[in-house]
Amino acid sequence: MSDTTSTSTSVDIKSTARLCGVVLFVIACTTAVMIYTSFQPFGWPAKVALILGVAVVNAFLVASYLMHLLSEKKMVFIVGFFTVCFFISLMGLTVWAMQDFPVGTTK
Amino acid sequence: MEIPYTTTARPDTGLYNAKLGIWLFLASEVMLFGGLFSAYVLLRVGAPEGFWPHGWLSVTLGTVNTLILALSAITTLLAWVACKVGDFRKFKMFHAFTLLLALTFLCVKSYEYHDKWIHYEIHLKDGRIADGHLEEQDDQTVTILGRIIPGDQEQLLYDLRSQKNIPKDEIKLDRSNILKMENYGPRHNTFTAIYFTMTGLHALHILGGCVVIGFLWGPGTRMWKTDHERFTNRIEISGLFWHFVDLVWIFLFPVLYLT
Amino acid sequence: MENTVKQFPPFREAPAHADHGHDHDAHHDHGHDHAGHEEHHEPGWMSKYIFSTDHKVIGIQYGLMSLLFMLFGFGLMILMRWQIANPAKPVPFLGPLLEKMLGQVASHGVISPELYNSFGAMHGTIMVFLGVVPLAFAAFGNYVVPLMIGAPDMTFPRINMASFHAFFLGGLVMLVSFFIPGGAAQAGWTSYSPLATTIPTNGQAFWLVGMVLLITSSLLGAVNFIATIIQLRAPGMTWMRLPFFVWAQFVTAFILLLAFPPLEAAGLLQLMDNVAHTSFFLPTGLAVGGRLADISGGGSPLLWQHLFWFLGHPEVYVLILPAMGIVCEVIVNNTRKPVYGYKSLVYSALFVGFLSFIVWAHHMYMTGMGQKIATFFQATTMIISIPSVIILTCLFISLWGGSIRFNTPMLFALAFLPMFGIGGLTGLPLGLAPADLYLHDTYYIIAHFHYVVAPGTIFGLFAGVYYWYPKITGRFMNEFWGRVHFACSFVFMNIVFMPMFLQGIKGMLRRMSDGAANYSAARVPGAIDTLPDNIIHLNHFILWAAVALGVAQIPFIINVFWSISHGEKVTSDNPWHATTLEWQTPTPPPHGNFTVEPQIARGPYEYSVPGAPTDFTPQNDPADKKATVAH
Repeated sequence: MSDTTSTSTSVDIKSTARLCGVVLFVIACTTAVMIYTSFQPFGWPAKVALILGVAVVNAFLVASYLMHLLSEKKMVFIVGFFTVCFFISLMGLTVWAMQDFPVGTTK
Repeated sequence: MEIPYTTTARPDTGLYNAKLGIWLFLASEVMLFGGLFSAYVLLRVGAPEGFWPHGWLSVTLGTVNTLILALSAITTLLAWVACKVGDFRKFKMFHAFTLLLALTFLCVKSYEYHDKWIHYEIHLKDGRIADGHLEEQDDQTVTILGRIIPGDQEQLLYDLRSQKNIPKDEIKLDRSNILKMENYGPRHNTFTAIYFTMTGLHALHILGGCVVIGFLWGPGTRMWKTDHERFTNRIEISGLFWHFVDLVWIFLFPVLYLT
Repeated sequence: MENTVKQFPPFREAPAHADHGHDHDAHHDHGHDHAGHEEHHEPGWMSKYIFSTDHKVIGIQYGLMSLLFMLFGFGLMILMRWQIANPAKPVPFLGPLLEKMLGQVASHGVISPELYNSFGAMHGTIMVFLGVVPLAFAAFGNYVVPLMIGAPDMTFPRINMASFHAFFLGGLVMLVSFFIPGGAAQAGWTSYSPLATTIPTNGQAFWLVGMVLLITSSLLGAVNFIATIIQLRAPGMTWMRLPFFVWAQFVTAFILLLAFPPLEAAGLLQLMDNVAHTSFFLPTGLAVGGRLADISGGGSPLLWQHLFWFLGHPEVYVLILPAMGIVCEVIVNNTRKPVYGYKSLVYSALFVGFLSFIVWAHHMYMTGMGQKIATFFQATTMIISIPSVIILTCLFISLWGGSIRFNTPMLFALAFLPMFGIGGLTGLPLGLAPADLYLHDTYYIIAHFHYVVAPGTIFGLFAGVYYWYPKITGRFMNEFWGRVHFACSFVFMNIVFMPMFLQGIKGMLRRMSDGAANYSAARVPGAIDTLPDNIIHLNHFILWAAVALGVAQIPFIINVFWSISHGEKVTSDNPWHATTLEWQTPTPPPHGNFTVEPQIARGPYEYSVPGAPTDFTPQNDPADKKATVAH
């Protein structure tokens, strides 16, 4: 009597290893893209945005395949997604607060 | 007394207790590292133009560590699958790889720390700045392998890649000429401070993961026979923690090494 | 929310490998469980009281420790009030003792400004992190929540034990810091940088280490609470059948889980500032004692405030929500009718929990934030008062038309309502930047948040102690002395805090060790903006009221211990005739809690149901009994 969601009997090492190989390959590629981007001569804001964008893709891969969030209940995934959005907006709020000076004053 | 759902999932939530527990714990970890990342963002945004360091860390070593952690995340997952299909030898092998990779990561990390520790920025009395790795020192002299930069071009220090055209050399300095000498330790500036704090905390997580995985690989395997399902669950939740540590590194690497 | 009994599996599912069947014996075990050896022989004293994994024992451990810490924090406050009323005069009775224990900082029995600062910082820290939160969340939550949801224990009993031990260690570090050279932390409970880093003593480092331990403790607790409430609800206990106290604890646990880690991050950064001499919170060009500090600079003092208040404001709701939960239980039980607006209560609590994460910068109007961001935080601050008012209003309306039993817990619960009301309403001017600029850092603030926490939360907690005491010990606390305790506490609490509003409006600042004597009109005649003498004289008035408040707690302390062996015995397991599940267990509940697994058939507050044989219908009464109260 095993449970219904986490222990499916259809797993085997070989297919998982194949999936893992793909994930590892993609991570290696995206890492290479990040490094290549960092050496290119364009402005820092664009560079940072691009590199972080690729890092988010990486993180998504790890969370959904290696941490097998995709095979958990949809609800868990959605909650996690909204938490990330909430957190990013909080950070934006803080950065805004640091940049928002009273009228007539400067840094 | 028996606590329900320690090994089997509760039907309406689809989770067994420990899995819910580890996800809640990871949520708080997200907030912990999130707090540090927002500190990083605020310090960087607040730094004066041109004085945020670029290229201070070795991209090669960072990349190696990224791949090491990604690989160890995969061996962790395979170890869990080996548990589920009941292949004891494969489980032992995969987790042995995980442990080895984790220790390699820590070795690389400590090499990087040491490299920063012996890297000195030396302000001379004539206004010039010497910057490089300490070779040897005694009461009178200090020898470094590095470059000398004119005092009015201090910004060069903040972008190592722009220093390439200044030749690297062995420089012998008289102590009497030295105004101030400081290594690239945490107190050097806010970049090294946040670098050491964040990677240090991350390394502590790696160490913690090593202890847990090491326990489950060694003495903890007793449970393989007595309660196999629960043991598999333990491997799964320790794996989730390990993947989270990998996830943190996936952001630390570009944030500290690449941008 | 109806008919959910079917969708749950049998309560204690026997694992496949176990050789015995499905039974209801509270004392069976499978060998791999957390307490494998406890079933077969009587556990020793150590494993029963120090290393216990039973949620009830841990709850009592937390309760006793936090009550002790509260008494200690109160003692610090009395010493500070003495210094405020009589600046630079030796403390009577305790002065020589202070000098002996603390040395230089208390020479001749006088509280020096440094010692006053230490006491101020530690009074806040101890009351919040070692007193009220552990009592409200950890003690009551641990004891009551598993009982209320029909669970045999918490989900992770050993983590529960570790949580208490981390709390104990954290408290120990805080206490030890009084005796190190230079004394305890002096930078206030908010520990603003750069002050916290530039004070040349080690107190702050101890404070930070203590805080990291306390945060670890509450993190472990929060994970455990959430997992318990989600996973271990008894069959039929749907979300909308949870008592409001459980909901309050659930939201509180989420706040602790997500708001505390940023403070831990901030604490680590400040620890680096203090120990490794980094400059996370130290700006470029910082001068200390007239000289440029030897630091790299480049840090941001505002960053500390952001990270601190990101915890600090949700923390306010950690303090108040459990008390609201207790008050709700007590009021409903003693009015003998269903709570008004159960769903509004629940959604308000959830909304408060969410909003509490986006109001933090209203503590920072004075830091030079721009108007746009201040406007945002003013708006969220005004919005968050709405659900708080909804909760309070629901509890008020619940009184309407009830045949109220005025016993001690009910008296405290009733006093909570107006007291928290005063605290909350006086907070509104502080949430608006223009008024806050004037009132910030005055005694008005002190009065405001003490009204929320002292006669608010702590009265709620007293109500809880009197209410659940019969379940814990099997005896009632003495009713007469309970009423004496209530009446005196109520009167003196108000005499202590009401004058502070006046002092604050007149402009008397907080954190001054001489009680504003330097600003008195008598000292600088003719100067503008000085404080009139009658305002400063209120300090004496407050001092003696505070001493009287302390004396008023003596009946309570004696009552708690005396009633264990001499109180009036309960005649049934359900002496208050309550509906919730914690009263459907033996008294006191055994290890494993329930003798028969509860099957929950109805909502939490089915009082005075028309046609029912009694005026209360317990949640686990079989469903075919007549009970038709709609929410």
